[in-house]
Amino acid sequence: MADANNEKIKLRAQRKKDYTEVKVLISHSMETGRRKNDLGEIIPAHFVQLFTATLNGKTVLQAQWGTGVAKDPYLTFRVKGANVGDMIQVTWHDNLGKTATQEIAVTEA
Amino acid sequence: MQRRDALKALMSIVVMLPLNALAALWNKAAFEAKTVDAARQQLQMSNEIVSSQIFITAPDRAENGAVVQIEIKSAIANTEAMAIFVEQNPTKLIANFMFEAGTEPFIITRIKMAESSNIKVVIKAGSQYFSNQKHVEVLENGCG
Repeated sequence: MADANNEKIKLRAQRKKDYTEVKVLISHSMETGRRKNDLGEIIPAHFVQLFTATLNGKTVLQAQWGTGVAKDPYLTFRVKGANVGDMIQVTWHDNLGKTATQEIAVTEA
Repeated sequence: MQRRDALKALMSIVVMLPLNALAALWNKAAFEAKTVDAARQQLQMSNEIVSSQIFITAPDRAENGAVVQIEIKSAIANTEAMAIFVEQNPTKLIANFMFEAGTEPFIITRIKMAESSNIKVVIKAGSQYFSNQKHVEVLENGCG
């Protein structure tokens, strides 16, 4: 899928000895809604609420996030039973209805 | 597509919807809770047993509260979910991770900390809850 949002997720999936390690770096402001700009105006909350990861289309991890997740969210997780060439896909949805998805094939570490 | 097939396809979508919709529902009340207890109630957590089988790796002192990296690993059998709370943040619940069978109950992530605080982790395993915590001293606040 040609989607500009795809550039906003960096993804790596490496097959290790007992598991496949997936590293995710999402580009997102994660605004709490409590910060003020230089004019003293509140910057509206804007943050990722839902994160989902699948292995060959089957859900392996789901998460709900609040504003306490750091800017440009980073996540490492480990799935078992994945083979080189299997597809890992991750998707996020934020509180403003925006979404992005990215997928990558599992590689040998 | 035949009308009947279309109907079938529609039916299967309708049947699948409730499950997906439930799983995808963001727990607003829990995330907006102003106390750890209120957030725990919204997540229906009860009678947590303190467990040394939850391993929390985080710095003892964090230079910048805007980005504190934590690693959490559960050695508790059948760990299904892992919730992270920061006791001194304006909103206490940071994240709740749900693991499918075959996914290791392990994460590394980065959180915001408004000030020095305990990081509390609650694990759900079947109908039981387990918790552990780790104190992090924050030198510069990260919630702004």
